[in-house]
Order: sequence, then C-alpha cells, then structure tokens
Amino acid sequence: MITPPVVDLTLILPEMIVLGVALLVLMADLWLAPERRGYLVAASLAGVLAAAWVAAGAADGVSFAGMYVRDALTRVGQVVALAATGLGVLVAPEYLRRYNLDRGEYYVLVLTAGAGAMLMAASRDLLMLFLALETLSIPLYVLAAWARGNARSQEAGMKYFLLGAFASAFFLYGIALLYGETGTTRLPDLTSALAQQPAGISAAAGVGLLTIGLGFKAALVPFHAWAPDVYEGAPLPAVAFMSVIAKIGAFVALLRVFPLALGALADQWTLVLGVLAALTMIVGNLAALAQSSYKRMLAYSSIAHAGYLLVGVATATPPAASAVMTYLAIYAAMGTGAFAVAVALERSGGEADRIEDYAGLAGRAPLLAAAGALFLISLAGLPPTGGFVAKLGIFAAAVETGSVGGLALALIGVLTSVISVYYYMRVAYVMYAGEPDQSGGVRLHASPLLNLALLITAAAVVYAGVLPGAVTSFTQQVGALLSRL
Amino acid sequence: MEWVIFVPAAVLAIAGGVGVIAARQPVHSAIALLVVLASLAVTYLLLAAQFIAVLQVIIYAGAIVVLFLFVIMLLHARSGEGPVEKLPRQRVAAVVFASLFLAALLAGSVAATRPLAPAPEGFGTAQHVGEALFVTYLLPFELASVILMVGIIAAVVVVKRGPPAGRGGR
Repeated sequence: MITPPVVDLTLILPEMIVLGVALLVLMADLWLAPERRGYLVAASLAGVLAAAWVAAGAADGVSFAGMYVRDALTRVGQVVALAATGLGVLVAPEYLRRYNLDRGEYYVLVLTAGAGAMLMAASRDLLMLFLALETLSIPLYVLAAWARGNARSQEAGMKYFLLGAFASAFFLYGIALLYGETGTTRLPDLTSALAQQPAGISAAAGVGLLTIGLGFKAALVPFHAWAPDVYEGAPLPAVAFMSVIAKIGAFVALLRVFPLALGALADQWTLVLGVLAALTMIVGNLAALAQSSYKRMLAYSSIAHAGYLLVGVATATPPAASAVMTYLAIYAAMGTGAFAVAVALERSGGEADRIEDYAGLAGRAPLLAAAGALFLISLAGLPPTGGFVAKLGIFAAAVETGSVGGLALALIGVLTSVISVYYYMRVAYVMYAGEPDQSGGVRLHASPLLNLALLITAAAVVYAGVLPGAVTSFTQQVGALLSRL
Repeated sequence: MEWVIFVPAAVLAIAGGVGVIAARQPVHSAIALLVVLASLAVTYLLLAAQFIAVLQVIIYAGAIVVLFLFVIMLLHARSGEGPVEKLPRQRVAAVVFASLFLAALLAGSVAATRPLAPAPEGFGTAQHVGEALFVTYLLPFELASVILMVGIIAAVVVVKRGPPAGRGGR
C-alpha cells in the first residue's frame, strides 16, 4: 500500500499563478488579433503582481514529500524574481513591435523563466533544484535567439544553449557524486549526513561540480566566457531580463546550497568561492574598461556584480546572506534599468550599441539621460543610490567576520569598484558632454510601458539609496533564517 | 554467478561508448549508442530492476535513438559525412581531459567511505518506479512537463516561418 503524498497546493500558489497565466497567454495568443497583443502584456503583468502579492504574504511550510519549502529565503527570492519578471515584461513590447518580433510566446517564456527562478528559491532537494534551473534556463536560451532573422542573435542562442547544457551536465554529475557519498539528494538530509561522517573526496568533487554548474548560470570567472557574446547578440529586452533573472536564480540557489545546507563543508567551499569571487571582480571590471559596445560593457559589468554577490555567499554569515538578497533586489532595478535606457534608442537599422550613440543624449532627452546616468552611478556603487547600499552591505558583512579572507575580499571589492567608476562614468560623461550626432542616426523611441519601467527602476534605485531600511527590513529575514541553523 | 552476464554487458557498454565517440559516420555513433543502452538494460536486469530495464529499452533504445537516427538522416542525408573538426588538436585535448576526469572519478569511487549496500527490496519494480514518480518526486515530475512544454514552444518559435523576420540586434 502506497501512502499518497502530502500535497499542499496553497503552498505553490504563486508558481501556479505565474505558470497558469503563462498557459493562458499561450492560448490567448492563438485567437487574439496581432494589434491586441497589449492584452497579453496586461495579463502577464497582472499575473506577476498577483503572484508577488501572494508570495509576500504566504505562510511557511514544507510539502511535496519534502521537495518544496517555503521559508524566508523563498519569500524574498520569489518577490525579487517576480519584480524582475514584471520589469522583463515591461521593457519588451515596444521593441518587439519595432523589430517585427512581436509574438505572444515571448511573454510565455519570460513568465516560465520567472517561475523557474521562483522554484529555485523554494527547492529543498537537489533534483528539484536541477529541474527548476532548467525551467529557468531553457526559456532564456530561446529568448537569446529571439531575433531569428539576425545571425548574431542565432549565434547567441546557440552558444548559450550548448554551453548551458554543458554546465547542466556538470551540475547533474555533482548531484550524482553527492548522492553516492551520502545516499540522499534532500538538502536537510545532506546536511545531517555530512555532519555525521567526514566528507570524502567524492563529496568534495560533487560540491565542486555543483559550483561549476551554478557558477556558469551566474557568469562567474572562469565560467563567464559566454556572457559577453550572448549579451551582445541577444535582443536588448531579452538581455535586460536574462542578466537579472539568471543572477537571482543562481544566487538564491547558491545561498540555499552552500550556507544553508553544506555548512559542514564550509572550510572547503569558503576558500573556493572566495577565490572565484576575487577573480570575478577583477576580470569583470578590467575587461569592462576596454569595451566600446554598451551591451558588452554591461555584460562585463554584470560579471563584476556576480563577483560582489559571491563575496556575500562566501562570507556566509547571516548579515552577508541578507546583504546578498538586498543586492539582488537592487540589482534587479539598476541592471534592468541600464538596459532599458538602450532599448529606448535606435541607431539606423539596429540597436544603439556603441557608446558614442549615447553622445549628447542629455540635450535631446534630458529625463532619459538622467535615468541612464542614475543607473550607471548606482552600478558603480556611489551614494546616494541603491548600488551604494548594496555594496556597503556586502563589504561590511565581509569585514565583520574579521578574517583575513573577508578583509581581502572587501579590499578587492572596493578597489575594483573604484576602477568601475571609470567605465560607468565614461558613458555618463558621453551622455552629457558628448557632441550629439547631427546626422540624426540615433532615434528615440518612447513608449508608455518602457517609460513606466524606467520610472519604476529609477524610483527603486533612489528609494533604496535614500531609505535603505525599506529594502533591508524585508531581506533581513534571510539572515535570521541562517542564524537559526 | 552474475559475473557471467555482468562482464560481457559491461565490456559491451564500454566498447559501445568508445564507438559513439570514435565512429566517423554519425549513423555508426547512433548504432553504438544503441549498444550502450542495451548493455545497460542488461545490468539493470542484474539488479533485479526489471521495470527500469524495460523502460530503458523502450524509451532510450526505442524512442531516443530512433529520434537521433531521424535527425541524422535529415541533416546528413545528402553529404553522408560527419561535421568538419574546426578546433585543431581537440582530440588530444579531449583525451587528456577525459583521462584526468576519469582518474578523479575513480579516485573518488575507490576512496568512497560508504560500503556497497545491496539494492533495497522491490528496487526497480513498476510499483517502486510509480511510487518514486507520483509520491516522492511528484513536484519535479510535474515540473518536467513544464520543461517539455517550453521545449515544444522553443522548437516552434525557432523553426516557424512567421512574418518577415525582424532586423533586431545589429
């Protein structure tokens, strides 16, 4: 006699809303006239808002035979992932119409990727985490190749898909080795099994392979080589979304696996993650200096930000875990915003990708230029923006540990942030002081939804910078979860 | 006594694995894969996992290898040749890195602290597999259907001839 599983559907209500709306959009797209695709956008946004409202208030619990957990990390991770998903929907419609890429499936894929990131935050089992990771990744491969008529976009999708599949294989191999060592894939059981017995070499190898798999998704050095090419080739709204949602999924999973489950092996992975973080910060920021393409510069910048986030994971104290979530929330706003500025511009026949395309933007579109400068200042981590609060939280947590490693990581973080000011401010300087292109080669495209996305992200960046307590009071429950271990 | 069956099956599986990567014709690689999968099905039988063995034959040997053969036929029907190797010395690099990985895996397996345990009672039977799918791994199982749906959407999106393709990107 098999006992039926404990199925608590109310627990996965946010995911069901998002996936249900995705299915609804998929079906509605078949019947709606092309000029009425606005309804699909509205339905997607309504679903995201409803799911975020439910996720923010849902009670804790464990269900589905221990596969699914809703706790503080799930709550914060899902709300941040839903915010990124909503912004990902907002930045797309005008661009898709402009380039004749408007198909309802775009929003289906954005919503499914969002649901994948949400499930990564809620995974209590490595197999569940793997499937959630694939639910996040596969839509992103397709979004990268969304501009089918464009060879670069096809190349981006192909590269992302092949390397992503390779990374997933590493991740699976890691799960297999850990299972071989401990006989379980359940994260809490893994914790107790590793606490009882000394970790063998295959457990260490398994943890290493898991790090590679997640490191690829987060674009950590040396698993970052795909990021600049994919970001450069993929359509701008897809990049705006994928750069943020992949980071949210990967870092929530890193928190779930390393500090929360593998505390027994902390001596080994803190060193490895610390070295990776240092490499990622240095390589990302130095490579960004040399870029002449706005998208490639932001790609290396996103690699650099993965390095700062990883400092928080490697530090692995409760304040550091909270700081990682704060950083992700603020990065969702400033990362999407920086790409959204580029979405609003067009060089004749293509994306405004060269930094000189932004010359004199302040004279033509003062508000857009102000928003762009704000996002760049925030990405550089200067006060009084959210980016400063985010970096301060991470570095303060690293210094607080008092260890040599923590101090070294914070020092590298501050020094590389200083370097990053140069390449961010170069673009901001071009926007304000550059000679505008007189030939009229760069056109502006305003749309209400894109303006709304820019307004929300700019307001969030300023708000988090001026009143950081509003964000940190929400994210600090993650640290409380870690300190209860 | 099971060595009589295990050793030939294991040797065949390894030989098939070598065949998959060494064959020059993609069709031969696919056939070699069939050998690997069939030999693995035999080892599952040795573990008394009849149901998994049958699934292995039906799903992998039956469906997936046939799918591979179809794709190979569609892609290489005219040329009948494998892809051109663009990276110089990739074979040497592949052998070196694969050997290193194998050494690491073997070292890990040999040093594994847990003693080998017999397979649990009822392992690999239809009931066991059903319980795993619909009780223990219910949520991942349902999530897999979402992934399959995304895969179908992806295939349609990438291949479908829609309105004139956009000029996005550069």
